[in-house]
Amino acid sequence: MLVAMLPGLLHAATHEFKLDNGMRIIVQEDHRSPVVVSQVWYRAGSIDEVNGKTGVAHVLEHMMFKGTKEIKPGQFSRIIAAAGGRENAFTGRDYTAYFQQLEKSQLPLSIRLEADRMHNLVLTEEEFAKEIKVVMEERRWRTEDKAQAQVYEQFNAAVYNAHPYGRPIVGWMNDLEHMTAADAREWYKYWYTPNNALLVVVGDVDPQEVYKLAKKHFGPIKPRPVAERKPQAEPEQKGERRIVVKAQAELPYILMGFRAPALNDPASDWEPYALELLAGVLDGNASARLNQELVRDSQTAIEVGAGYSMLSRGRQSLFMLEGTPSQGKTVADLEAALLQQVEKIKSSGVTAEELQRVKAQVIAADVYKRDSMFYQAMEIGQLETMGYSWKILDDYQARLEAVTPEQVQEVARKYLVRDVLTVATLDPQPIEPKTNKPQVNPHAR
Amino acid sequence: MRADMNLFKNLALLTAGLLFAVQAYAGVKIENWQTSTGADVYFVENHDLPIIDISVNFAAGSARDTVEKAGLSAITRHMTTTGAAGMSEEEISKRMADIGAILGGEHDMDRAGFKLRTLSKLPEREQALDIYSKIIQQPDFPEAILQREKTRIIANLKESATKPDSISSKAFMKAVYGDHPYGFSSEPETVAAIGRADLLQFYQAYYSANNAVIALIGDMSREQAAEIAERLTAALPKAASAPPLSAVGLPQQAVEQRIEHPASQSHILLGYPGVSRGDPDYFPLYVGNYILGGGGFVSRLTEEVREKRGLVYSVYSYFMPMAVEGPFQIGLQTKKEQGEEALKVVRDTLDGFMQKGVTEAELKAAKQNIIGGFPLRLDSNAKILDYLAVIGFYKLPLTYLDDFNKEVDKVTTAQIKDAFNRRINTDNLVTVIVGTAQ
Repeated sequence: MLVAMLPGLLHAATHEFKLDNGMRIIVQEDHRSPVVVSQVWYRAGSIDEVNGKTGVAHVLEHMMFKGTKEIKPGQFSRIIAAAGGRENAFTGRDYTAYFQQLEKSQLPLSIRLEADRMHNLVLTEEEFAKEIKVVMEERRWRTEDKAQAQVYEQFNAAVYNAHPYGRPIVGWMNDLEHMTAADAREWYKYWYTPNNALLVVVGDVDPQEVYKLAKKHFGPIKPRPVAERKPQAEPEQKGERRIVVKAQAELPYILMGFRAPALNDPASDWEPYALELLAGVLDGNASARLNQELVRDSQTAIEVGAGYSMLSRGRQSLFMLEGTPSQGKTVADLEAALLQQVEKIKSSGVTAEELQRVKAQVIAADVYKRDSMFYQAMEIGQLETMGYSWKILDDYQARLEAVTPEQVQEVARKYLVRDVLTVATLDPQPIEPKTNKPQVNPHAR
Repeated sequence: MRADMNLFKNLALLTAGLLFAVQAYAGVKIENWQTSTGADVYFVENHDLPIIDISVNFAAGSARDTVEKAGLSAITRHMTTTGAAGMSEEEISKRMADIGAILGGEHDMDRAGFKLRTLSKLPEREQALDIYSKIIQQPDFPEAILQREKTRIIANLKESATKPDSISSKAFMKAVYGDHPYGFSSEPETVAAIGRADLLQFYQAYYSANNAVIALIGDMSREQAAEIAERLTAALPKAASAPPLSAVGLPQQAVEQRIEHPASQSHILLGYPGVSRGDPDYFPLYVGNYILGGGGFVSRLTEEVREKRGLVYSVYSYFMPMAVEGPFQIGLQTKKEQGEEALKVVRDTLDGFMQKGVTEAELKAAKQNIIGGFPLRLDSNAKILDYLAVIGFYKLPLTYLDDFNKEVDKVTTAQIKDAFNRRINTDNLVTVIVGTAQ
């Protein structure tokens, strides 16, 4: 009902184009401000890596700022900055993306520079030797020194024996230590070709003009066949898995994941939508079941969460639960309490009121996201590089609306079962008591 | 829960700077008035999207804490959302979720803030405003919930005390500010000492209309905005205006703190009291800092420490302008064994910057970025709302946004060198290193 009250907001102005070399272009008009966001997405992420070379997708992302035949190392960023732009890049399991945000008249600059580094990258030993050290610092900062990040990394390694989702995006430290410029060059050769890329532009632009620009700069780049992708399917999990991670922290932590399906056939799948609603019923707002019952009422936990994402290029997903027990409670207490919440839904289901609340939030979020061009471009880029169409956004609300309380109960019964559960717990290790005393030395320079 | 782990190349680029430069673009028309109770209102009408964004900021940040009960201001703000006008916390969250409204909160050294985002149509708008106005004006501060939240906060403080980034920023603020309230930090003991009577007293003292600034943007008329502003302030406590904060004393000697930690990286912070909002040196310092360490990948610090030597993932510097001098900070993390080397490069870079200033070419590039990128500062209602709140709270001129680019353009290389050397005494710099090589 609410959906029908918000017409006109649904992708009134999204345009698709394809170049002869196979590169795709999606333009979404948004004329609220004289700005534009431009993102180039490559279907190349950690999912495409092989053992011994983990982290290479992300390392190449860093190297993409290190110069081409025409642009010297570091100049890419300086040129964009001088145009008033903001820029960066990010690597995920399923993709690598590069973006610029600019005043709208500067879009040609962004397109020209991205086209240049799509096929003219110069990857020297000297620049690689410095940048691989930067990436190792990044890994130390993100993972090595953060207890819960270590748990998450180990958890994924325990969940996936064969599938590449078991490996960290940033790569194992030992692989980074042995990575070479040749590995990065190989990655670039395998995946950085127009037929494996997508340009997403959102902003105050004319779609035909964007297409012309893209054709001019990306059009002449010759396509190459991309490397072969092996499915690396994960074997069936036959029984619960448990791991313990010891790391410096004060509080324990538990992370649990049930193997669950990802969205595969958008035309007919309904279970992923039911699983998203299930996550919303458990953790969609502050009054949702986990926070209300475990943090506020029983005070078993100081933090809890549940999550599920239906979108994944590997067509693998997990239904996750996590939490930090209160003082005097153990991770075992919290695990039991979390599983009890799952059992309650399996036996008694969810209410129509709870589902309606989750749906209302989704509907409002779809309006709120129009306030961010960057987010809208992200959404399109992610869906497309994961092998879905951005057009599934049009049906998303209606598909959620169609899910019944019985269906939510059904997916809980079917998927939240112990034999496909993996549990990781953090066993907190004290930092030496003496080490926390500052030594103050007046220092004259 | 855990989103895809997106690996941004440099988080500092994305995070350092939101609060700094404020600016108005042609087309953003700010209306300004006072409510009948004396609260300042800043409003931008915009019907592009069927949404409304509101913030209410009180001069009730952590600078109003006492050292013995540090954390009181933050807990008072937080507790308003756990029960109001007889509504339980569960009712508050359910009724907000039912309409997809988002209640947000902010708290820093100067401000305690409340944010609301809602659909502009009825009944959503009405229900959201009803709850929002009760939270702000009729908090119940339930005793049992206070005890529960204190327990949670203390647990989180103990966790933070094991984390090198928390340890370093706490030690840094204490070393830079000494006994000034900007240097206070919540500790398990100070939170344990806070009782319900403290919350009531703090609320009565600081949550008055004359200590409030209301910002509104979105799908409403000026008349509707005026009605909303009245409704959000009519029942606030009557109190005197918050007194000005005490002056910040400058460090009288260099301080270098080394704190051992088993982490693989050293977390290094350097700094000094920086600049206040509306300070005449603000623009030379802001533009100069872009060149030193604020301009992401193109700053001198990034060039020297990361690009040339591969010593860090992130190195940055910023000025955080506050009611009185907010911090100037340089920060980096690097593996312990090369901590001293990285620190020396940072100090050499800073010294060179102070002694020789910036080049005309660097200044030109900085202006090109700041001025050319101006429209990006105002490309969403959410961003404009934050600028309205800053202008209102710090009593910046209504033309501040219109004048921003002109002020940036006026800055000269001589002004940058002069302002940095007058304001930052590098002989008395504070340095904090958490995690040192054995």
